[in-house]
Amino acid sequence: MLERALIGDRRYWLWIILLLVLISIGFLFYLKQLAYGLGITGLSRDVTWGFYIAQFTFLVGVAASAVMVVLPYYLHNYKAFGKITILGEFLAIAAVMMCMLFIFVDMGQPMRVPNVMLYPTPHSLMFWDSIALGGYLLLNVIISRVTLNAERKAIAPPAWIKPIIILSIPWAISIHTVTAFLYSGLAARPFWLTAILAPRFLASAFASGPALLILMCFIIRKLTRFDAGQEAIGKLTQIVTYAMCINVFFILMEIFTAFYSNIPEHLEHFRYLYFGLEGKSRLVPWMWTSVLLAVLSLVILIVPKLRHTNGLLIAACLMVFGSIWIDKGLGMVVAGFVPSPIGHVTEYSPTLPELLISLGVYAIGFFLVTIFYKIALSYKEEAMA
Amino acid sequence: MYDAGKILTGLIIFLALITVPFWYNALISGQADYRPEPKLATSEKQCVAPTDYMKAAHMDFLNRWRDSVVRRGNRMFTTFTGKEIEMSLSNTCMSCHSNKTDFCDKCHTYVGVSPYCWDCHLEPQEVRNVSQ
Amino acid sequence: MSVNRREFLRLAGSAAAFGCAFNFPLRAIAGEDSLTAEAAQATGPLKAGRWAMVVDFQKCREINDCRDCIDACHAVHNVPQFDNPKDEIKWIWKEKFEGAFPDIEHRHLVHEVLEKPVLVLCNHCDNPPCVGVCPTKATWRRKDGIVMMDWHRCIGCRYCVAACPYGSRSFNWRDPRPFIKELHREFPTRSRGVVEKCTFCEERLAKGLIPACVEACKHKALYFGDLENPDSEVRRILSEKFSIRRKAGLGTNPEVYYIV
Repeated sequence: MLERALIGDRRYWLWIILLLVLISIGFLFYLKQLAYGLGITGLSRDVTWGFYIAQFTFLVGVAASAVMVVLPYYLHNYKAFGKITILGEFLAIAAVMMCMLFIFVDMGQPMRVPNVMLYPTPHSLMFWDSIALGGYLLLNVIISRVTLNAERKAIAPPAWIKPIIILSIPWAISIHTVTAFLYSGLAARPFWLTAILAPRFLASAFASGPALLILMCFIIRKLTRFDAGQEAIGKLTQIVTYAMCINVFFILMEIFTAFYSNIPEHLEHFRYLYFGLEGKSRLVPWMWTSVLLAVLSLVILIVPKLRHTNGLLIAACLMVFGSIWIDKGLGMVVAGFVPSPIGHVTEYSPTLPELLISLGVYAIGFFLVTIFYKIALSYKEEAMA
Repeated sequence: MYDAGKILTGLIIFLALITVPFWYNALISGQADYRPEPKLATSEKQCVAPTDYMKAAHMDFLNRWRDSVVRRGNRMFTTFTGKEIEMSLSNTCMSCHSNKTDFCDKCHTYVGVSPYCWDCHLEPQEVRNVSQ
Repeated sequence: MSVNRREFLRLAGSAAAFGCAFNFPLRAIAGEDSLTAEAAQATGPLKAGRWAMVVDFQKCREINDCRDCIDACHAVHNVPQFDNPKDEIKWIWKEKFEGAFPDIEHRHLVHEVLEKPVLVLCNHCDNPPCVGVCPTKATWRRKDGIVMMDWHRCIGCRYCVAACPYGSRSFNWRDPRPFIKELHREFPTRSRGVVEKCTFCEERLAKGLIPACVEACKHKALYFGDLENPDSEVRRILSEKFSIRRKAGLGTNPEVYYIV
């Protein structure tokens, strides 16, 4: 199977080489970070989680979103998704790998990470998160391997894979819920201490993940002979639309509670994000961009004539992805620390090494998606011929 | 044998590489049978445990001391000779093993390990002159 | 028999994974040996049912620009001094009143109280959120109430820093050694990549000494003792004077009390 990834045209190899270059640069800067310490990032005593953890939080959502193609197909026999479940699962694997890498590069003592498993601590959400993520990775690896193998041999997959696939559905929900619990159980951080955080995470995941999958389908349509089909893309678009509406609704709910109750502890974080606090307003333009992108994307997605225009649909998907990336990544994680529990307003910006390491991790994710999709699609193209 | 030339060449290169630790160290030290010689300058005649045991198991021994002191708050230890001492790498062990270069590094460098104890546990400052 | 490449790789991979996984149960089974058995605890260390500290803010605020407790603590524990505020590490420090007590502070508060900084440190809570979130038990609550740190086990995830409502914890963003003015040889430093905080001087308590900050305070503004001992200093002063705690409403049950 893997040898299928070694056959490609010039474009393919240039892309692979570009990714390998980015990975190498990221790796070199990671070595610098290991030598110097995490002080090489923009993090500080007040803002202790930043870009790395923000990417992890966002990507867990993308990983969970595979359930949005798996569930309709396996539980409700929605045939149109049959061709693309493997793409969703491969995307999930790449996303979970990136999640784990982002956590790894954020650790102060990465060589001690096995301590989490050697000294299991059931009262710590981080312990459960590592189990959930590891389990989800294992599930998706097994599922994608078995189903692709079956497709390669043009037979039905073995019966025992069905319960494992069904298991991956609640498991996908749980990985993002557990990640939300990491934040929403902390009494010290009133910005995160809200029951709606997990639902917000799931809604934004089910909007951004399928949006990415739609974009992947369009790219694949351009580069290969594989077509996911208008019905599949149409249904995915519906899912993105509803999920994005719910996501925006949840955000508005949060804003109402914070602003109407006027409790400073809760309000100040939102004030920092959208208006600035004590003259510090680095995230304000980002947040309003996120708002604008969300509104524009919803306009396109809701109006039928607009969303049926492929160009506009692609734009809407990019805007959904971008809006949620800003809101869940930069907005949610950093604002939890501003102001600090003792009232300090310390701003945060990722540094160049931090960004290059992150780019390296993203490049690893894109690399995995590329070779997985190459393998899967080469079999699908063969089957079509 | 097919490709006999390539296979035999490959095998010879492999054997050369896999035996690097032996012949490289012999070349560097000028001895065929090189052993590290850690030097200790202290009035104490015996360590807190038998020497052979310490040679083999001081890593695990120190880990247990660490867990006892840090995690259980229990600092007292009775050596195998009946002496009561405080379990402390910095204050007990290093009071005798005070010269890292002459003692600890000798074996660690030889086997190619770099324990990170000294990242935190301060190395004793005095460098006593060790007789040859 | 012939094995194709895929089957061979699958077998090799599974064997390697099994071998690695087998390591962990083996370690669990391996037991203690007689040479490392611990001795019975000798007398000498200070013991308590529940250690607590009382900061007499009334006395403390009368003295301006005093750093005796802070300097003593940071000296005896090799706490580094960074020039860049983002790397800052502090175990005990003075915070503005509105930062230490955000729920009590108001504009018309007694000027003297409002303007003077309050001494803050880890509260060694009865119900510590930092202990609850640590994935490796690198921080835990001892039976005597001290919230302790194991710097060998900490993976540097900073979850505890996120969970602490008092901002008591600091992370080593870089190697602290070059930034320690004078090394105190009896206590280790920490390495980069771990979180640190006040440990109520547990290493001094074990030798029968009171915490460094309490000892260093010339004006006797710090009290330290066992809350479960009705004759202790801390019980006495708490029964005589009005005291408050930081962010008491969060349910953490902090054990550092303030006479205001």
